[in-house]
Amino acid sequence: MPDVQSMVLEFVNKLRKRKIEGSQATARCTVELLRSVISHHRVPHHANQASALIDAVKAVGAQLVAANPVELAVGNVVRRVLHIIREEDLSLATAAVAGLDLLDASDDDEDVNGKGIGYPAMSAAVVAAAARSTLRPPSLQTLLEGTPESATVPYTSSSGADSESKTADKSSITRKLKHDVIEGVNQLIHEIAGCHEQIAEQAIEHIHQNEVILTLGSSRTVLEFLCAAKEKKRSFRVFVAEGAPRYQGHLLAKDLVARGLQTTVITDSAVFAMISRVNMVIIGAHAVMANGGVIGPVGVNMAALAAKKHAVPFVVLAGSHKLCPLYPHNPEVLLNELRSPSELLDFGEFSDCLDFGSGSGSPLLQVVNPTFDYVPPSLVSLFITDTGGHIPSYMYRLIADYYSADDLVM
Amino acid sequence: MDARRGPLAVPKVRRVGFFTSIEPSQDSPRPNRSLSGPAEAITTSSSPLSDSPSGQFISPVQIPPLRHRSDNLAAASRAAAPVPVPVPGPSAFRRQLASDRALHVGSYNPVDSLLGTSPPSSNGEVSEDSGSLFGFQRSDSAKLSASFPNGGFDMTMRVRAPQESEAKVVIASTSDGRKKNVEPSGTSEPVAATKPRKEKEQKSLKEKTSKAERRAIQEAQRAAKAAAKGEGSKRAGESSRAKPSKTAKQTQPKKDVPQVTSSLSEKRTVSVEKERRMDVPQAQMQYDDKSRVDKAKRRSVVEQTESKNKVELFLHLPQYERGNQLPNLSSNIFTLDTIHHAVYKVGLQHLAGDLSGDNARCIAMLHAFQEAINDYTTPPMKDLTMDLTGKINGYVSFLIECRPLSMSMGNAIRFLKNQIRKLPVDLSEPEAKASLCSEIGRFIDEKIILADKVIVQHAVTKIRDGEVLLTYGFSCVVEMILLYAHEIGRKFRVVVVDSRPNLEGQKLLRRLVARGLDCTYTHINAVSYIMGEVTRVFLGASSIFSNGTLYSKVGTACVAMVANAFSVPVIVCCEAYKFHERVLLDSICSNELGDPDAIANVPLRTNTKHAKTMDNNKNLQFLNLMYDSTPAEYISMIVTDYGMIPPTSIPVIVREYRREDLLL
Repeated sequence: MPDVQSMVLEFVNKLRKRKIEGSQATARCTVELLRSVISHHRVPHHANQASALIDAVKAVGAQLVAANPVELAVGNVVRRVLHIIREEDLSLATAAVAGLDLLDASDDDEDVNGKGIGYPAMSAAVVAAAARSTLRPPSLQTLLEGTPESATVPYTSSSGADSESKTADKSSITRKLKHDVIEGVNQLIHEIAGCHEQIAEQAIEHIHQNEVILTLGSSRTVLEFLCAAKEKKRSFRVFVAEGAPRYQGHLLAKDLVARGLQTTVITDSAVFAMISRVNMVIIGAHAVMANGGVIGPVGVNMAALAAKKHAVPFVVLAGSHKLCPLYPHNPEVLLNELRSPSELLDFGEFSDCLDFGSGSGSPLLQVVNPTFDYVPPSLVSLFITDTGGHIPSYMYRLIADYYSADDLVM
Repeated sequence: MDARRGPLAVPKVRRVGFFTSIEPSQDSPRPNRSLSGPAEAITTSSSPLSDSPSGQFISPVQIPPLRHRSDNLAAASRAAAPVPVPVPGPSAFRRQLASDRALHVGSYNPVDSLLGTSPPSSNGEVSEDSGSLFGFQRSDSAKLSASFPNGGFDMTMRVRAPQESEAKVVIASTSDGRKKNVEPSGTSEPVAATKPRKEKEQKSLKEKTSKAERRAIQEAQRAAKAAAKGEGSKRAGESSRAKPSKTAKQTQPKKDVPQVTSSLSEKRTVSVEKERRMDVPQAQMQYDDKSRVDKAKRRSVVEQTESKNKVELFLHLPQYERGNQLPNLSSNIFTLDTIHHAVYKVGLQHLAGDLSGDNARCIAMLHAFQEAINDYTTPPMKDLTMDLTGKINGYVSFLIECRPLSMSMGNAIRFLKNQIRKLPVDLSEPEAKASLCSEIGRFIDEKIILADKVIVQHAVTKIRDGEVLLTYGFSCVVEMILLYAHEIGRKFRVVVVDSRPNLEGQKLLRRLVARGLDCTYTHINAVSYIMGEVTRVFLGASSIFSNGTLYSKVGTACVAMVANAFSVPVIVCCEAYKFHERVLLDSICSNELGDPDAIANVPLRTNTKHAKTMDNNKNLQFLNLMYDSTPAEYISMIVTDYGMIPPTSIPVIVREYRREDLLL
């Protein structure tokens, strides 16, 4: 346990010092950390293992989120893991119920255990189907019969009590739960790692010959997306806005050129001037909110407005780990982060006017250097996630698939 | 066809002020009309519409909305009036009629001087003494046609004329080079248009002319048709030959007029026209035209190397590498005698980027011209007006080589040339120079300095206590407004938005902070972050076009757009001398390209390397736009020296005041 604790602390420190940047990297680190948290978690024998696991993950998750509240991917991943735990618990419970039924019929314990353990070995499709069935809305029949929906919930929780009498069975289920959860988390890691390819596969459907594409900020997703289209022999031109104080656009341009794309770097101020000759704006999101709003690199709102004005499609690429189940309130300010003024003004240049916290009266000069920008859903034409293209108003539903309602507030 | 439709067309003619109308004949065709077309035109010209027997077409003087003309033409052809509707008739302008009259009277032969078109070489070589009908007629028609659109506005003439010269006078092209250098010596007041035959006229803007051009061709075709119907093949043949402007008929009677063109006056008018052509600043060169660029290069003083990795969209703009020619030029300073040293200095300043801000550039240029005019002496046997204009043209093209002129500079140059042109003939050289210098001084004082003061007075009424004002980049008018508002005790906060690569906002920030203003500094990407707290946006302008488009430093459009999205009023401060009668829709067609290296070089320490390593990759380009155009819909108000106006009033201001300003 101490090693896990130190790992958590180390990661928290990294987050706090913004050593890890980019939602994908953060997400991967978070999920790996959570996996080790789960695998090192010693499940108490008596209590409900699922809820114990959930509590442990929540505790760590709260620390991580507090370390960098702006990096929404951390919270997203923690919620995803919680969701996985709940789902596995549920599917185990249903399996156990089925097992109990079987038990009633055949009175064969080992058969149940063997079947229960063999269960994860079955194809993932079955697991997914089971998971889906748990998410399925109540059937028409239950609605008609007026059975309270909550009836299923105590049933699941009682399943632990049911099996409590048989310790052998219980321990195997415990092991199985952890095993299943780690399986699920591994799958999540795989998904996060592979979201680029998933998204890039769709590039060919959206980019045609001789297209002119504007992008800004540096996003690996965008890079892969464009390169995938390039590999399919589409020839097009990319305008990259440099992304002023951090010049991430230059990095992206460098990568694009290295892959043989026609790239033009423009200043951020020329976005409006150029947008009339652009066929599509493609950006990578920092986070996608449940209302379909996008948090992206600073300057994105400007590009989105210009695109709207010129009726240019504004396409946002986002892996599923960027989908945040929260609805934003005043995201420009609350989900933003101000960086050092030194990126804008040289050190010492206006030092007599700036307030360095020395408290020498009110400062004459303030320097504002935000990191992110919020794009309201009305300006977004399309989201491309690893599950396909979606419109902004659909995002809330898509997001609901990935998270449990219980975890929204951590 | 049915003549009854003729009268219906009559009310269409809007008679406002000077006008023309062709009222289609209400009865049967009159073949003789076309024959005696010009004569009638002349008679009617003296008293419009009254003299002509049927009250038919041709009023002398017109500021012709082209629409009318074509309408009338259409009506005419519908009415089967055989009238071959000589285009110059309906569109007759004072000049042309004057020439017609002159022709009619036959007293002297001012045709050439008046029309300003020296028929390329036919006049000089053939018709001058021989008076060969053929040559004469051709040249005349060419002249007339050339002069025809000129009354409307200068632009049309330019594009049309070359057509004609192609169509009719083959010699024209050969005489190009020769005419260019002809020195003027004659008297004053040449009014009319010329066929342009200098390379410079090639600069004429396609977009401006094309419409008029098309119209003219259309009309000509219609007229030709009508003519064919009415008068049979012979006429039709002739008219179609004269297609571009349909002037052949008109010129027919002139055959009888003896031609006494003095080559002197002809030459003079040529150069006058040349200068007229020169002075319209929008005659931009399209740099994707290889041959013209080459020609321009041969003439240029500044040796420019074209930058590699041009952006395809902007091939029509000059893309040169900066900086490398500077030492070369500054070493040449004593060897170049064609360029006055003051102008040279301004040019170098432009080249080095020391001068920024439209007003500063314009004032520096005008001061240099002032100095140059002071040091100017008319060479013997030359006319001050002509020679000085030529000199100024040389200076201007030098300045253009250093850096493309801003719109305001173009306007100032136009003003100066007008002043030179309007110099009274009897003025002695020192007097003329003094008058010019004082005019320039007056322009600077009145149009720039005083205008700024007026703007400040106006704009400061829009600043209230507790406001947060946002400004973008560096505009000296805005700076003056902010400082003045601070001076008179308004409490407000200023948000200075800046952008790469010039970071002019830091200059403004420094000055504002030094005066104790409360400032917030940010970059353009963050403008939508900061806009929420802003109550007003003040912007400077490089120019405002007559469709209300604001042409200003790149990024202005972004700021205005975001302000508009946040419902923050956008106030543009612009001196009226920067207004321009051009129209502009996007930022691509007309722009200036800055040094791409300025973008490639990133101040960040961590990744400075990459840009350099990629320099030679042909897939990577850096685009440094200097200007962009803000659509009028984003602008709430424009503060000018004429008051505070909406952007829709720009064309009115341009129309009402520009004329009188230029004719001062």
